[in-house]
Amino acid sequence: MIPAGFEYHRPGDIASAIGILQEHGDEARVIAGGHSLIPMMKLRMAEMGHLVDLQAIDELKGIEVGSDTVTLGAMVTQHELITHDGLATAIPLIREAALQIADPQVRYMGTVGGNVANGDPGNDMPGLMQCLNASFELSGPDGKRSVAARDFYEAAYFTAREDEEILTRISIPVPGADVGQAYEKQKRKIGDYATAAAAVMVGNGTASVAMTNLADTPIWSEEAGAWLAGGNVDGCVAAMLDAIDPVADNRGPVEFKKHVAAVVLRRAIDRAQSRAG
Amino acid sequence: MNDQTMTPEERAANLKGMGCARKRVEDVRFTQGKGNYVDDIKLDGMLFGAFVRSPYAHARVVSVNKDAALAVPGVVAVLTAEDLAPLGLHWMPTLAGDKQMVLADGKVLFQGQEVAYVVAENRYIAADAAELVDVEYEELPVLTDPFEALKSDVVLREDLAGQTEGAHGPRKHHNHIFTWEQGDKDATEAVLGEADVVAEEMVYYHRTHPCPLETCGCVASMDKVTGKLTLYGTFQAPHAIRTVVSLISGLAEHNIRVISPDIGGGFGNKVGAYAGYVCSVVASIVTGQPVKWVENRMENLMSTAFARDYWMRGKIAATKAGKITGLWCHTTADHGGFDACADPTKFPAGFMNICTGSYDIPVAYLAVDGVYTNKAPGGVAYRCSFRVTEAAYFIERMIEVLAIKLNMDAAELRRINFIKAEQFPYQSALGWEYDSGDYHTAWDKALKAVDYEGLRAEQAQRIEDFKAGKTRKLLGIGLTHFTEIVGAGPVKNCDILGLGMFDSCEIRIHPTGSAIARLGTISQGQGHATTFAQIIASEIGLPADDITLEEGDTDTAPYGLGTYGSRSTPVAGAATAMAARKIRPKAQMIAAYLLEVHDNDVEWDVDRFAVKGAPERFKTMKEIAFAAYNQAIPGLEPGLEAVSYYDPPNMTYPFGAYICVMEIDVDTGEWEVRQFYALDDCGTRINPMIIEGQVHGGVTEALAIAMGQEIAYDEMGNVKTGTLMDFFIPTAWETPNYTTDHTVTPSPHHPIGAKGVGESPNVGGVPAFSNAVHDAFRPFGLVQSHMPHDHWRIWKIANGLGMHG
Ligand SMILES: Cc1cc2nc3c(=O)[nH]c(=O)nc-3n(C[C@H](O)[C@H](O)[C@H](O)COP(=O)(O)OP(=O)(O)OC[C@H]3O[C@@H](n4cnc5c(N)ncnc54)[C@H](O)[C@@H]3O)c2cc1C
Repeated sequence: MIPAGFEYHRPGDIASAIGILQEHGDEARVIAGGHSLIPMMKLRMAEMGHLVDLQAIDELKGIEVGSDTVTLGAMVTQHELITHDGLATAIPLIREAALQIADPQVRYMGTVGGNVANGDPGNDMPGLMQCLNASFELSGPDGKRSVAARDFYEAAYFTAREDEEILTRISIPVPGADVGQAYEKQKRKIGDYATAAAAVMVGNGTASVAMTNLADTPIWSEEAGAWLAGGNVDGCVAAMLDAIDPVADNRGPVEFKKHVAAVVLRRAIDRAQSRAG
Repeated sequence: MNDQTMTPEERAANLKGMGCARKRVEDVRFTQGKGNYVDDIKLDGMLFGAFVRSPYAHARVVSVNKDAALAVPGVVAVLTAEDLAPLGLHWMPTLAGDKQMVLADGKVLFQGQEVAYVVAENRYIAADAAELVDVEYEELPVLTDPFEALKSDVVLREDLAGQTEGAHGPRKHHNHIFTWEQGDKDATEAVLGEADVVAEEMVYYHRTHPCPLETCGCVASMDKVTGKLTLYGTFQAPHAIRTVVSLISGLAEHNIRVISPDIGGGFGNKVGAYAGYVCSVVASIVTGQPVKWVENRMENLMSTAFARDYWMRGKIAATKAGKITGLWCHTTADHGGFDACADPTKFPAGFMNICTGSYDIPVAYLAVDGVYTNKAPGGVAYRCSFRVTEAAYFIERMIEVLAIKLNMDAAELRRINFIKAEQFPYQSALGWEYDSGDYHTAWDKALKAVDYEGLRAEQAQRIEDFKAGKTRKLLGIGLTHFTEIVGAGPVKNCDILGLGMFDSCEIRIHPTGSAIARLGTISQGQGHATTFAQIIASEIGLPADDITLEEGDTDTAPYGLGTYGSRSTPVAGAATAMAARKIRPKAQMIAAYLLEVHDNDVEWDVDRFAVKGAPERFKTMKEIAFAAYNQAIPGLEPGLEAVSYYDPPNMTYPFGAYICVMEIDVDTGEWEVRQFYALDDCGTRINPMIIEGQVHGGVTEALAIAMGQEIAYDEMGNVKTGTLMDFFIPTAWETPNYTTDHTVTPSPHHPIGAKGVGESPNVGGVPAFSNAVHDAFRPFGLVQSHMPHDHWRIWKIANGLGMHG
């Protein structure tokens, strides 16, 4: 459990961080909270010559709650997502989901940016961000661009982010007050990734549904959302079951995961509907 | 108040002796992070060792190229089997009469097997260099199923080719290790043939791992000037390790000092000898520098001793009224690539023959076949006496299976078959003499405490509600009445590598009336320093707070066989009482001398000797201690100390009644323990608080094992559960509340009547949890389903019973 050697960098601003990434190409990786990356380094499944620590970059911090939009700095920790009062009022779904991640120790260190940039299908935030229709701001040598969370994930550990780009901010439209939200997750124990998890928003004739760890990317299904918006829960569940593609692992075989996916989704829908205005 | 005015009860309370819930003296350092574990040891010039391990479960090792590793600055040596062979150390004996490769000798037999050992200036360099050792493998067919292994042409142990006789009798096949038979086969089969009812089932107790918080490790330090080797390590049996090191290394035993410092949990994982110890010793001898080796978590889970992996086919016969008439068991035991079980020599399947449990079963038969497969070696007693958890799980499942067949309540079936209090000492059909017990009293107390009738009524209502579609949750009531056999053991039938399983205690009383006691055991969290001082306090009347306890240093402690199998209190605890009792007669003579009366005219009174009939004339033990060093007493040597080596006349047989109430979600397989009641009878209770702590910890481990914890392999022999993400260790969140309770049935042969308790909760807990899962589904037709009962396996039960529409 000892990682291979690496050079450690601790730039103070985004521009210098990008500079270091440019200089070392795919030899360099940014590190945020380290709670996905460091385990991979210790297993020697991730080896890089240069580690660029983002902790000292103030521009990446902070939560801003506007009337239409919430903005999260990439380095906001999962713990901060839970303890920020304004955020909990504006988009309660984020707090509910963050509380389901790992355990307090991990959440003190783990960041929202790291969670969404990581590209691990087990991460909870990507599905959540797709449900919320968030967009990710990426800063690179050529400046900034924005990519919708729903377009960001390509395959396990493959995202729309280029090697020399840093995910800097996340913008999330604030759902209407009548929109009920719920995050439901089944896991084997505290500190485990999801066997199946569902993020649901419903209300005002709209709906959005995303699920986690049931394919090699998070699954947001437009069709499932449409069924639910129309009040057809069975249609929503059927569409989602069509969209997911779970694989067998220690959490169970495929047929179990599909069954649980439907149960978890129905429970999330129930709770979200009960909270809708 | 002073000694004059205090009542005997007050004086006894001041001693904090037996029965006192004295706080653990160990916790002061542990809760401040001031423990001293192997990895805390730092010696001048210390080097670090790291293993290159096999990624394959079965492969020929074609070549090992060390060049790139040796070229790394800071690398001191890279050892392979070829380097160890001239010393005869490329293989080592196991505790089970087999031998095991220290470093791969031509082939590997399990994933994670040690292939080369890199020694470097620090652990970072060692880890980097280990990556650079270039091993060429040629993959061989993998056998992970013991039943397949017994049929397969694939020869796992080529070194044993042609050997039809093993350490425990004939071998029937090249992948077969031993057959161990107990009881009366013919009589049992005759009973099965004629019985009103026979229930038959395969009960699998899956492979798991003790997974102590601290992994295994050591620091070997060879002093080339004195010729003395000091070996610090996570050893549950430091003295036995010293003898083993001497036997296999050829170093004289007096030139070896083994020290077990603080140990962060053992649970059986730290009983055996590992390649890391041998390689570190060799590396220190070769380099003349201290060498440290500490496993990481994955290495611990995949290579050092596993537990269980018993396939137990059972048949249980009974009358229509439910009286059990016979028990038959055939076990296929998966031992992995080498037979490295830690069992007394004459017991290759441990005390599996305690599998008649708490029941008066007139005739029984047990056969165990040990089998080689491509899995890690081990088979240790994970928080239990040798194979006692397997035995308890087997019988407690068979009772439930029989109850189903008889359509009887499982609590009642147990009650009518319990050994009765008046039958003790009880001779079991499989050869044990149970020392004492009162099972009916314990059982009735337990059923009453949980309102068993009420629970069954609630369950019946729940079944109605479920059938009516009002709920998707079932209620399971898991019953267990277990009997353990612990405290190995009588030297006449228990030894490890020829070393009789006695244990020892030496007590020295200092002039001011405080004392030090040294034992042959070693605490790994059991709180020996707390409880053994309490035994001494009660026996010789000095306050427990004034008694220091020391274990684990073979240069100072008397020889003993160590701590595992709940043997510390039954054996070393007995030695402690006996050593104290050796001190008392001398103290009596000193008191009589000081009081100027005849020896027979003084009598023992809590913490003093007083003149018979004149209790105001007395000498306290404190005064006596001083006199022992200060007075020239005619006919008596100065000093006040004693040592006892205790060979127990029998094992002890703790028992208990555990009841688990569990809610189960049939749609997701999720479960929640609503109530857990644990009644333990461990005989005399030395420290109720420590007992409670042991029960809480042990039931939590049992919860882990029953509900998710396993070492699983895929068909290629890859370990699928090699990290704590997949290997279930409950957190505070998953851990339920426990209610503890007790009855007290002292052991008649133990000096203080104590039986040992540390392992009871694991032995009783696993069947209680598992039976709860089974019980929930029993009304819907479930008979048997294998552990671990994780979400998907519970879901599979429900699915198989048609509960998902
Ligand atoms: C025991 C345990 C349990 C866990 N359970 C869960 C769980 O249930 N659910 C869950 O969602 N997560 C879980 N996690 C993961 C945890 O939430 C991580 O913190 C998170 O996945 C990554 O965030 P981080 O800040 O730690 O990122 P890091 O580990 O530092 O980085 C992760 C990856 O993202 C990249 N990265 C990080 N920040 C940026 C950025 N700003 N721009 C571009 N790339 C970036 C890194 O280069 C790296 O490749 C668990 C982790 C542990 C150790």
